[in-house]
Amino acid sequence: MTVNTRRFTAMTAFLGAGALALTACGSGGESPGAASAEPTETADAAQTADAEASGSLTVWADANRAEVLADVATDFEADTGIAVEIVQQDFEEIRDQFVSQVPTGEGPDIAVGAHDWLGVLVDNGVVAPVELGDAAEDFEQIAVDAWTYEGQTYGLPYSIENIALLRNTELAPEAPADFEEMIEMGEEAGTEYPFLVGLDPNESDPYHLYPFQTSFGAPVFGTADDGSYDSTELAMGDAGGEDFAAWLAEQGEAGVLNLNIDGDLAQESFNDGSAPFFLTGPWNVTAAQEAGIDVAVDPIPAAGDQPAQPFAGVQGFFLSSQSENVLAASNFLVNYVGTAEVQTALYETGGRAPALSESFEEALGEDEIVAGFGEVGAEAVPMPAIPEMGAVWDDWGASQAAIIKGDGDPVELWQKMSEDIAAAID
Amino acid sequence: MLTSTTTRADARALDGRRARRTAETASLGWKLLLLKITVLGLLNAASVYAAMVLFFNERWLIGTLVVVTGALITWIYFQRGALPAKYLAPGVTFLLIFQVFVILYSGYVAFTNYGTGHNSTKEHAIHAIMLQTQDRVPDSPTYPLTVVERSGELAFAVTAQEGEVLVGSADAPLEAIDGALVEEGRIVDVPGHTVLSFTELMERQQELSTLAVPLDEDPNAGALRTQDGQRAYVYTSRFVYDESSDTMTNTESGETYTDGGEGAFVTESGEQLMPGWRVNVGLDNFVRAITEESIRGPLLYVTAWTFAFAFLSVASTFVLGLFLAIVFNDPRMRSRRYYRLVMILPYAFPGFLSALVWAGMMNQEFGFINSVLFGGAAIPWLSDPWLAKLSILIVNLWLGFPYMFLVCTGALQSIPEELTEAAQMDGARPFQAFRQIKFPLLLVSIAPLLISSFAFNFNNFNLVYMLTGGGPRDIEAGINVGSTDILISMVYKVAFVGAQSDYGLASAFSILIFFIVGTISVIAFRRTRALEELN
Repeated sequence: MTVNTRRFTAMTAFLGAGALALTACGSGGESPGAASAEPTETADAAQTADAEASGSLTVWADANRAEVLADVATDFEADTGIAVEIVQQDFEEIRDQFVSQVPTGEGPDIAVGAHDWLGVLVDNGVVAPVELGDAAEDFEQIAVDAWTYEGQTYGLPYSIENIALLRNTELAPEAPADFEEMIEMGEEAGTEYPFLVGLDPNESDPYHLYPFQTSFGAPVFGTADDGSYDSTELAMGDAGGEDFAAWLAEQGEAGVLNLNIDGDLAQESFNDGSAPFFLTGPWNVTAAQEAGIDVAVDPIPAAGDQPAQPFAGVQGFFLSSQSENVLAASNFLVNYVGTAEVQTALYETGGRAPALSESFEEALGEDEIVAGFGEVGAEAVPMPAIPEMGAVWDDWGASQAAIIKGDGDPVELWQKMSEDIAAAID
Repeated sequence: MLTSTTTRADARALDGRRARRTAETASLGWKLLLLKITVLGLLNAASVYAAMVLFFNERWLIGTLVVVTGALITWIYFQRGALPAKYLAPGVTFLLIFQVFVILYSGYVAFTNYGTGHNSTKEHAIHAIMLQTQDRVPDSPTYPLTVVERSGELAFAVTAQEGEVLVGSADAPLEAIDGALVEEGRIVDVPGHTVLSFTELMERQQELSTLAVPLDEDPNAGALRTQDGQRAYVYTSRFVYDESSDTMTNTESGETYTDGGEGAFVTESGEQLMPGWRVNVGLDNFVRAITEESIRGPLLYVTAWTFAFAFLSVASTFVLGLFLAIVFNDPRMRSRRYYRLVMILPYAFPGFLSALVWAGMMNQEFGFINSVLFGGAAIPWLSDPWLAKLSILIVNLWLGFPYMFLVCTGALQSIPEELTEAAQMDGARPFQAFRQIKFPLLLVSIAPLLISSFAFNFNNFNLVYMLTGGGPRDIEAGINVGSTDILISMVYKVAFVGAQSDYGLASAFSILIFFIVGTISVIAFRRTRALEELN
């Protein structure tokens, strides 16, 4: 008996091993075509493509996008006979997965992403330019600009996202003209906080505080002749930046900027009516409305004497540089995903302003909230996409936190930060 | 006498049961054999398929390994006897796949420049550079395109602005052709050529996507290319790759980039062309970790804190766990079982969840600790460099003492009470008896656990990542490292946080960590042998 029990255990373990081997070859099975995508073996590759003539496209998208794309994919397949396989991925995971999977030949033909990934994608050589051609003019200028990196357009944009000032109309009937007026109005409202913005105790939040920084005339980078960022010229170390640093310290001291209020806490407080103003993005609007707050979207009040410009993030679809189905993929992007119908559908599930001008105008006319964010977005600047941004955000946030906390002289901390960032970018 | 009778009766009953089961098994034999054949058959089918796919992709080594493993496993299970091998085979296979392979692979990565910008092979890099540096000629028109074929060779037929039809291929620049038929702005027929259907286009899209048709004899005028097969645009290539000399030349500035052997094309002045590719860099990563000032400083600091953290964590949890174990081991204590149960609770919650809850409780302004326990004091538990270290230790004490409590209780209960009694008879005071008799005996069984606990805490990534994320960030340091970062969380940041990942350097760090933990464990285990001599 003992022998048999053992044998049985061994068998069970063995079944597992079998399953493992199966999984291993399941993923290996996709590669015969993929591996022959070497640029030097065009003829071979064409023959391999022959074998799977009708071909298929693989698209990585997050849950929201996948739904809409499924409809487009059906249309595309009906028209061309090319199947589109939509693989759901976590949005945050897509960039790194794409970077590591494309070289192995297991990557998709198309993926969805944010424009500020471009630096990393381009430096890793995993993304191919998309020629929008004359269609580029049909998109909002900022959307195409954002997806342009070092002179090339790398994606078909579909939505623009930026922050704006949410106002609880019961507590503050009028939109404030500038930051000081907003704080006054907030204090008059008699709520717990005059104004809310989600920060982090150690990393602050340079993204949310950026409009105030620009209102002091301290953009992160200088602008090159073609209107794109000149990452060699770090502009925020200038006099405007120092003014902003002093202002941060002041607001930290006064308790207006509170590092201990994180995004969740800020949202909660705004939703229970503890503050009339909340600097945030469209992602918090639904929850506020559900909590019974009558929300209006206002331009961000300037703290300095220049307009407050937030960062815009533009989402889009991009092509793999190792795709064997370039023709099918760019057809799918430009002629299907780039249509007003699809852009509007994407807007309806995602709630962000569409990138295609036609859909953008339509959405703006329909919905006050989207119109509010859209108007602020028109003033926005694309988030820089250079790969060094990771390091920039880290330094930037840590120094802002230190300044708001009052750990030392604001101007000195700001200068130290600028030097570190300049060194990191070089 | 009575006892032995029962034993014999038991043995008889057992024999009977065994006999019955043996009979059952005999009739089951063919079923098991069938199952064995089926499972092995499936496994072999899978491995043959996997091997074929691998060979097809010219991955000879891995393919051979798959075949050898499959054959070996089949051989082992069709052996008569060879029981140890049958036991070990699945385990060893999994060990090789999930442990040995991973270790060898990170070992290999540590000697490469794998990371952002050095992500793939040289072919891929050249391909990407060529793609990324095709510049569309500014203000050039869009050419409505029809792809045609002549004796197997692809060609472009486009309508020029004046309405005339031009045809050209890779070797023949665009030239006007007469007699082409244009319907609704699309060319539908070209004399001497076949117009390709959409399906035919899709079949040859690889060829098509690399096809460049020169605009005219002058190579600088640019070439027509298409991405969707319906529109063509004029592009100029900013870079030309020369295969024979293995150089990239910038057509605008005339500068030449050569393969400098460091995984990228570089100019003489040292300017790199991105993307590069993966190459072996030998010991570079290790050298960098040790010599580069911006890395060495934080590395030393983090190493020191990692040791302090691991040591203090083990010490604090052990002291508290032992204390509680002794208290709850005292027979005079009532309802010990319930207390013990409560003590184990922190151990029952997932560690990362507790860490998150603690992070909330330690919020400077709204956290439970400050607002309730300290009456609204604003103690910066997580944002002051030293307090954050203390917080980490406190939370780890909370998470870790139940384990120590459990193992100490177990060990204490296995030490005979007679020893203490004997010591007390000899006139030892209770503490003396504990320190000189019980404690050394306790250490014999606990010491290896303390060492493993040290090794665990040395790499206690969950806690650091969930509680403080390594912060507060040290703004003086040149790289992203905070005052509660331990080596493993620093490695994580180097490899994955921010956009500039450096897998090579991170792997080099993890190898260093492996050697540190390994050395300490070996030394410590040697030491514990001395304790065992007590027995």
